[in-house]
Amino acid sequence: MISANNLSIGYRNKSGDTCIASAINLEIDEGELVGLIGVNGVGKSTLLRSLSGVQPYLKGEVSILNKNLHKLSSEDLAKTISVVLTEQPISKNLSVSELIALGRQPYTNWIGSLSKEDRYKIQTAIELVNIEALKDKRCFELSDGQLQKVLIARALAQDTPFIILDEPTTHLDMYHQAYVLKLLKKLTTETNKSILFATHEINLALQLCDKIIIMENDKVIAGTPKELIEKNSFSNIFPSDLIYFDNESVSFKIRT
Amino acid sequence: MPYTARYKGLLLLLFVLVILMALVNVSLGSVEIPLNDIFSILFTKEASQESWQYIILEYRLPKVFTAIFTGSGLAVSGLLMQTLFRNPLAGPYVLGLSSGASLGVAIVIMGASVFGVGTAALLLSKWSLVIASSLGSLLVLIAVLLASAKLRDTMAILIIGLMFASLTAAVVSVLAYFSPAAQLQQYIFWSFGSLGNLSWQEVSILAIFWFVGIVLAVFCVKNLNTLLLGENYARSLGVKISTNRFIIIIATSLLAGSITAFAGPIAFVGLAVPHLIRQVIPTNDHKILLPAVIFGGAILMLVCDIAAQLPGSEYTLPINAITSLIGAPVVIWLLIRKRKFIF
Repeated sequence: MISANNLSIGYRNKSGDTCIASAINLEIDEGELVGLIGVNGVGKSTLLRSLSGVQPYLKGEVSILNKNLHKLSSEDLAKTISVVLTEQPISKNLSVSELIALGRQPYTNWIGSLSKEDRYKIQTAIELVNIEALKDKRCFELSDGQLQKVLIARALAQDTPFIILDEPTTHLDMYHQAYVLKLLKKLTTETNKSILFATHEINLALQLCDKIIIMENDKVIAGTPKELIEKNSFSNIFPSDLIYFDNESVSFKIRT
Repeated sequence: MPYTARYKGLLLLLFVLVILMALVNVSLGSVEIPLNDIFSILFTKEASQESWQYIILEYRLPKVFTAIFTGSGLAVSGLLMQTLFRNPLAGPYVLGLSSGASLGVAIVIMGASVFGVGTAALLLSKWSLVIASSLGSLLVLIAVLLASAKLRDTMAILIIGLMFASLTAAVVSVLAYFSPAAQLQQYIFWSFGSLGNLSWQEVSILAIFWFVGIVLAVFCVKNLNTLLLGENYARSLGVKISTNRFIIIIATSLLAGSITAFAGPIAFVGLAVPHLIRQVIPTNDHKILLPAVIFGGAILMLVCDIAAQLPGSEYTLPINAITSLIGAPVVIWLLIRKRKFIF
């Protein structure tokens, strides 16, 4: 579905390239829910932006559905990958249904009129995320958790085989964190979409994800939660002075 | 969307108001002309007095069209800038277009005497002001476009536009400081703005620029809607951000630049009409907003022009003062009434 080969990510400056991570190899298959974890500033967002084609990568190759990512036109890219970003939509005056409808932009005509199919996809997205009751509200009336669901519905309306979410659980309480991640899990099984998301909720991710990508300063490891636990891969994510990974309870604990 | 039918009704109402205001505008003026004479002049070109025919066809009618083009053009530029920069304070002149135009005009009117070059009187035909104003706007536009090609960040363009505005304003002040009173007065009169005195030829040139600008804006409607999600989402939806930005800037410049060249720097309309319209039609969909703003701008300008003529007197007040005098209280009232302002 999507794969990265010997990928280097970072920024191009006049004075030379700033490499943030290199030699990244990963593969995400159809219908997989994949969590991306790592310490703050390690380059999770840069990796997500590079995989979603928003930011050019430095070296290596990303292919999606057997096509080179950078050879896709912006229209085709918009029909292949949808995103949910940490930034909130700039106009909170949008109504929920207007916002979700904007997900159909890559498919609509030159002035953006919604066809019957567009309306159907919007309705399906609303039903999948279960936000029928919010349809006519405006975004400024929503709680953070509700807004996150709406943004996920927008990505679903974009009807892409691949969805990337950057920290979809930030600002949410524990219940809504679980709610959003379970929703993502449900979407992968019900719609067979591949979903990649960055998160700090390692405990939740371990319970729900098919695959986990761990970003460290010098390397990127990927595998099923079980494999990674067996390899003891979680103990190196954070500095070890305050917290440690407890293999028995499969979670992080505070050092006492 | 459940509201669409209601919005269409409101659009129709606005359109009817444009026609109505245009008729009222034609029928009012320092010379009183009976209503049935006005209709017979408009539709059969016959009148009981020849001078009336001249007043209507060569003076009032071109002025009505100028008001419609100016009001709607400025309002559309304001809407484009507010959405592009996602800033409620943006208007048609944030890119420094009017300052560029002012500089051009200031150099023509005041520069000649300051630098002692040639005879100022020779230069001061209507067309020389139009050309100077267009050149001034064009120069600032080129500078802004060069800057925007270098920049990824749209907000930086807003600041650069403001900087160009202060720069040109500074040069104008220096020129004004050294100018004789007569020239200074002439410059100030230009800066008041004026809808009258445009020949049909000039109105048709204005109409061409207006038409091209509006057509460009219409083609941006879809992307303008996408921009409401922010540039990163827009990019992920396949919008080519810098191409789109370029088209929006060109459309704004064509509209605001040509209007400033022919009617002077008319303030307020561009900033206020989009806000007024959003209060009446609470939508973000540019498919509705764009036509609504076109009609709204035309209505506001026609009403202001009626007020500027001070019905029953022979004075005409500067249009620039009237737009703010009428518009500002309306905007303040609408916002206070709503209490909650979400842009």
